[in-house]
Amino acid sequence: MNILAMDTSTQVMGVSILKNNEIRTEIVTNIPKNHSVRLMPAIEQAMNLVGLEPKELDKIVTTIGPGSYTGIRIGLTTAKTMGWALNIPVVGVSSLEVMAYQGRFFEGYICPFIDARRGMVFAGVYQWKQNELYLVYEEKNISMEKVLNKLKEDGMPVLFLSPDMKIHEGQIKEVLAEMAVIPEQPHQLIRPGFIGLAGSKKDPASVHELTPNYLRLAEAEAKWLNRMKEK
Amino acid sequence: MNKDIYILGIETSCDETATAIVKNGREIVSNVVSSQIKSHERFGGVVPEIASRHHVEQITIVLEETIQKSGLTWDDIDGIAVTEGPGLVGALLVGVSAAKALAFAKNKPLIGVHHIAGHIYANRLEEEFSFPLLALIVSGGHTELVLMKEHGQYELIGETRDDAAGEAFDKVARMLNLPYPGGPHIDKLAKVGEDTLEFPRAWLEEGSYDFSFSGLKSAVINKIHNAKQRGENLKKEDIAASFQNSVVEVLTEKTYRAALEFEVKQVIVAGGVAANQGLRTALMEKFAPTQIPLSIPPLSLCTDNAAMIAAAGMINYLKGKRSSLDLNANPSLPLS
Ligand SMILES: [Zn+2]
Repeated sequence: MNILAMDTSTQVMGVSILKNNEIRTEIVTNIPKNHSVRLMPAIEQAMNLVGLEPKELDKIVTTIGPGSYTGIRIGLTTAKTMGWALNIPVVGVSSLEVMAYQGRFFEGYICPFIDARRGMVFAGVYQWKQNELYLVYEEKNISMEKVLNKLKEDGMPVLFLSPDMKIHEGQIKEVLAEMAVIPEQPHQLIRPGFIGLAGSKKDPASVHELTPNYLRLAEAEAKWLNRMKEK
Repeated sequence: MNKDIYILGIETSCDETATAIVKNGREIVSNVVSSQIKSHERFGGVVPEIASRHHVEQITIVLEETIQKSGLTWDDIDGIAVTEGPGLVGALLVGVSAAKALAFAKNKPLIGVHHIAGHIYANRLEEEFSFPLLALIVSGGHTELVLMKEHGQYELIGETRDDAAGEAFDKVARMLNLPYPGGPHIDKLAKVGEDTLEFPRAWLEEGSYDFSFSGLKSAVINKIHNAKQRGENLKKEDIAASFQNSVVEVLTEKTYRAALEFEVKQVIVAGGVAANQGLRTALMEKFAPTQIPLSIPPLSLCTDNAAMIAAAGMINYLKGKRSSLDLNANPSLPLS
């Protein structure tokens, strides 16, 4: 079972090849912008390193968001089109869920988040119990303040994971003090190997129906809906 | 002896998700366009983020229909051509990502195509080119005069310095409260109106083939505003006719002068505004006394489509021009 996993939903880009759920290669960059330039060459390189031809792939797993709208579309379009052309299943996984894989051995809540500007984040709360990952609070486009207040109420230790930690670290420590665990940067980035692992547990959707999970309406659409409500 | 060449084209530079297969650069095998006009209507124009969202939802559906309708298999396809620019960057990226994925998965040459080259080559799906050739490209995003001395070689001799012609049409249509897209509505009103308002014609400097439509747009606003203040009511039909005549006269005259100066053997008109009846009629009348053949493709090939990208991509393919897997979308890609 050869799986190609990819992620371009944040400023981190990741590509991995897994054989029977074992990582054979991982390529990760943490360079803002231009995922479009790097993704396909990275896929080609990963395949060459492992000595795989595209037609030998059995499955593709990609993140479908939340995250950067453009980033999500680059990864998802690449995965969908490759999957369709090769006639193999494509699985979409949440970028936040994959981040929560970094907290595999953390006892307590895990709060992966991605900055969504103006005090907002895309965030969810997860927890590992008996080797399974559970969703505690569903993923939302929500203010960081609300997330932190809720977690404070719950009183559990929380592991925070995010490629955008710098923006929110101060506020997290201020509200949660020692309840918050913030690891070093190498733990924060989405690891593409985990995307493959997360995808291996999910059933593929129809390639045509696989769409991004932006967690947020396009701005023009939200404004338009507001205008309709006012009328 | 010579094998037929099939190019698959992908076009997502604005609000149409389009893919097509073209044989030998001249014959459409299959051509699928998924239009988003309905989604953008309520906003009165194309919203880039919404366009991009549609593209990613439509792209594999459109590709599948294109392959199915063609009756071809992947073995038959010789190359993947894609619009790399200009256009909306987020929208372009969907097409570019899809093209690269196909090129890699199916081990086919990748060919980046300029959107304007595509519009020009839409004509070759109807009629073979004669060089030197002059192309007038008029759409919501473009107003350009391009001189071609041979296949795949483009010389920009004039372009708009502000609004594109189609953009001016849309803006004036909005002033007149006409539905989006406004161009066809203006055209219809203009047919029954009269050019009574004497709007300016922007000829610019002597000998220039550039265009400018922002002054005209302001003149229309002022005319409507002043009339309102005087309590007069201008007829919508007359505003439409006066505005359209100003645009058409400049487009026609500059195209005519350029055609004579460069002694071209063919004039082609491309882009969405090429569907405008007023423009078609004026150009045909202007060129009728000359020996220069004028070609305007059918409406379905004037607006954005992927057959034109495949047709232009065929020329790059024959010239051995290939793009690599690090191809990026370039929203301001220069022609040539
Ligand atoms: Zn166009």
